[in-house]
This record gives sequence, structure tokens and C-alpha cells, in this order.
Amino acid sequence: MRVVVCIKQVFDPAELKVDPSTRLLVTDGVSRKISDFDKNAIEEAVRLKENQKAETFVITMGPADAMRALREALAMGIDNAYLLSDPAFDNSDTLATARVLAAAIRKIGNVDLVLTAEASMDGYSGMVGPRLAALLNLPQLTYVRKIVSVGDGKIVVERDLEEGYEVVEAKLPALVTVTKEINEPRFATLPKIMAASKKKVDTWGAAELGLSKEEVGLSGSAVQVMKAEAPVMGRKNIIFKEGELSQQVEELVKALVKEGVLKV
Amino acid sequence: MRMAVLVFSENLEVAAELLGKGRELANDLGTKLAAALVGSGVKGKEKELFAYGADVVYVVDHPSLSTFFPETYTEALAKVVELAKPEVLLIGATKRGKETAPRLATKLNAGCAAGATSLRIDKEKKLLIAERPAISAMVVATEFSKTKPQIATVPPRTFEKPPRDDSRKGEVVEVKAEIPPVEKKVVELKAKEMKGIKIEDAELITSCGRGFRKKEDLKLLEELAGLIGATLGCSRPIAADLKWLPEDHWVGLSGHKVKPRMYMAVGISGQVQHLAGMRDSKIIVAINKDPDAPIFKVADYGIVGDLYQVIPALISYLKSKKG
Repeated sequence: MRVVVCIKQVFDPAELKVDPSTRLLVTDGVSRKISDFDKNAIEEAVRLKENQKAETFVITMGPADAMRALREALAMGIDNAYLLSDPAFDNSDTLATARVLAAAIRKIGNVDLVLTAEASMDGYSGMVGPRLAALLNLPQLTYVRKIVSVGDGKIVVERDLEEGYEVVEAKLPALVTVTKEINEPRFATLPKIMAASKKKVDTWGAAELGLSKEEVGLSGSAVQVMKAEAPVMGRKNIIFKEGELSQQVEELVKALVKEGVLKV
Repeated sequence: MRMAVLVFSENLEVAAELLGKGRELANDLGTKLAAALVGSGVKGKEKELFAYGADVVYVVDHPSLSTFFPETYTEALAKVVELAKPEVLLIGATKRGKETAPRLATKLNAGCAAGATSLRIDKEKKLLIAERPAISAMVVATEFSKTKPQIATVPPRTFEKPPRDDSRKGEVVEVKAEIPPVEKKVVELKAKEMKGIKIEDAELITSCGRGFRKKEDLKLLEELAGLIGATLGCSRPIAADLKWLPEDHWVGLSGHKVKPRMYMAVGISGQVQHLAGMRDSKIIVAINKDPDAPIFKVADYGIVGDLYQVIPALISYLKSKKG
């Protein structure tokens, strides 16, 4: 069985700040990391390797720095990695991104299972997985909290929906998006990190993937972002610090009564 | 010439909300307002959609649609789009809507604004301008699609349900669609533990996060909630990982979006995904022992302290007032 995990390197949300004068995001010097739930997808693939002898692949679209994310996935136990990087890919929306990932998955070939996260931490649109499934004409199994079984050309999963947990069986090949609850991702050990750093990782650009410039990047994107600004929160930011706790509590209650949200 | 604003949600409550907003967009575009009714044995439900403002309802009633699969619903909706030629397509961002919209958009080679919190028409350019939280919900992105139909998904309760008018009538278009079977089957639907609360309706919410050390300790917050008439909310780990509370209490981007008159976050650090679910609350109160917790940045009022001391103090003060 061949399993491909698609991951994304994102700005560490803990380090992101807004410039109060411009209300724009400050990304200079902000470190990047693998999007949280992508690690759950990696972990699930590694478990399929351990339990089912799956051959595992990881791909990411991004700048040269995204190589670090791939090395981390290799250190967690993934067998092979490809970096999908080309200046032509810059500013791709979810459609253009899915085209790049789909081309790479076709190039890897004979893939039985594609794993992505339910959504990325930054965009949080949850669109790339289903778009990828549509481009590859695969059945999609989203919000998967448990892979019940996989083998004999089929997969059974448990999906986390509003109305309950839906146990679904689908034929392979298929695409699965996982939730944070599916597993506890492992930490890479130092020897594995060392080994992963020496592994050969190819970079594929538009030419290697057989994609034209019109299909990718800004020109291949359907969505155009006009601006991205921090919302004006207009919050009071009053912290009751004075005196004993009993005084702070009293002031809080009085403030809430004054706001008309509490009655005492 | 594109003819309509089309809305779809498998959840008729959400469809009604979309019709409310859809009417405004249709007026600005000078088009009709249409709704898609998709499923098996759904005929008859079009009255609901007319009552909330649809001029036309496209009905795709097919036995293959008795189970919701994004693959088959994509086929059905693509057929409706082909007939209705909508300028704008709004899809309710329930979990099923969120997984179907991108599949449909890809089939139509179109963009999609995911989780739009605001929608308007640029009348001159006939563009749908969408606002949505982006980059870990730190910013609001304003965007439009270069492709038609212009698609957006809209989270439940983003827009108000319009007044119901049972006397409204409209045109029914029965859509004959070929729905190729999908090689998938639902083996079982396991029930989730739900208390049946609707946190979106709560006026006051006291919400708990990882600051609570064990499930039994939630009693503290329950007591406070009882005193002030608040509903219990929680962050992702409490509902999804620890399962200390059923998911109908979960506030956040993947949980419920709430706008109460007061939201009190207790022992919640304020991860961006949580903030996205409660940032529209009228008054936000934060109680956390970490003065640098992001929740304080979005709070109107706060106390920096150990919740195991602050909450009992709050309870005893409120009790003393009530005598």
C-alpha cells in the first residue's frame, strides 16, 4: 500500500502579532512549523507503515524553507519526501494548491491513500483535502477520528460529524482528512532526526509536475484577496488588579451589573 | 447572463439564514433568489424555502441521495448550477457543507470563500465581496472570486433568519439528474452524547478550558453558571480530547460560534481557533492565572488569578448579594 501525506508549513500562531498602526500582520522573524493537525496525518501514515508495511510519502508545497517540515516528517518515520517548490506557485489559493498537490500525487503514482489534515491552522478553510479528492476523482472521507481498518482494497473509518460518529466504508484509493483527536503524534528522536537530515529529498517545480504557469500561483487562483487586516476589537481591556481578590471580584461584578449583563 | 443567487444547505434552519442574506444580495444584483433542495423524499419541503424568501426552488429528489455523500451531492448541485446559472452560490458551512462546497467548486473550476462572516455586492462590478477570518484568525481577509458562480460557505448563525411568511409561493423546478453511485457505504451511525443545549441561544456563557484540572472541578463553574443563569461553554480540549462536556458546549472555529451578551472565559488561554468562535460576544470576561494569556487581549474585563480561588470568591460574593 502506498500512502501520501500532504502537509503545510505555517507561521507559528503563537508568534504572530498585529502592527497596531497598520492592523497588518507582522510576519518578519516569525518562525514556521508544521501545521498542528498535519502531524496527526503524518502519525497516522507512520502507523500504517508500522502495522501494514505501507510505503509512505510526504509532500508539501512551499518555499525552500519548507524542506525543514519535510525533514521533520521523515524523522517521524515517513519513507520519502518531495518538496513542491517553484516561484510560479507563489500566492496559490486552495484550487491552485490542490492542482500542484494532485500533480505530485499522480507523479508518485499508484497511490492507495492520501492523508491530509481536516484543515490547516492558518487558513482553516478545510478546502484543500476535498479539492484534491475532486481533482484526483477519489472518494473523500473527511473529519476522520479513527481508521477502523484498511486492507483488501477498502478502508473503514469513523467520522466525527455534528449528529454523531459515522462509520463509513469506502473503496481504495481514497482521500482521508484527519482530526486532531485521531492520535497523539510522536516526537522525532535525535538519531532519526540525524538520519532524516541526510536523506535525499527531490524538489519538483511546475515543469517536473507538467503544470503550466496559468494553472498555478496567482494566475491559476480563482480567489483574489483584496486585503487582510486585523479586526478592530474595541475591547476595554480592564484588568482588576487592585487590592485583595475579594475586592477584584466585587469590582468585576459591579462592572458587569453596570454593563447590564448581570443582576444582583 | 447569470440569473440568480442560489443557496443550499442540507440543514433547513441554515438554508433559511442563507435565504435572508441571499435576498439582500439578489436585490443588489437584480436577480431572483433560488434555493436547492437535495435529497431523497424531500419533495414537499420546498414550502419551507418559499416561506423564507426563495422565488424558485430546484428540487433534486433521487434515491441515491438518501445518504449524504459529498460525491453524490456534488453531482446533484452541479446539475442545479447548470440549470440555474447562478451569479452567486451560498452554501451553509455545516460539516457536510464544508466538505461538499470545495468538491463542487473544484468540479466547477471555481473559487470559494470559506467560512464567510460578511458578504456584500460590489454593484458596479457585480462582485461578491466576502470577509473571512484568515491566518490563524488573526486577520480578516477581504476577497472575491474571479470565477462564476461566485461561491461562499457561511457558518450557521452568521446571518439572521428572515421572518417566516407561509403565504409566499414560488416556482418549483424538478431537476432530473443522473447521480452515479459512489463506492461508499455507511456502516453505522454512533450517537454522540448531547444534552440538547443550544449554546448559540445563550445570553450568558461561562466557559471552561484547560485551566481546570479534572472533570469534577467543572462543578465550580456550574455553580457560578447556576447563580447568574449562564450556560456552560468550553474550549476544544474539554469537549474533543477530554470529553468532560458534550460537544454541544464547544465554542470555537470547529465548535459553535456564539455571540452572547457576556462570555466569561475561565482557564481558557485564548487560542485563535477559540477566539474565532466567541469574539463577537458583547462583553468578554477573562479569568486566567497567566497574565500573558491571549484571552486578555480580547477581554473587556479580567482578573489575573487562579480560577480555583477566583471562582469560589465570585460565587461567595454573588451569594452574599443575593442574601
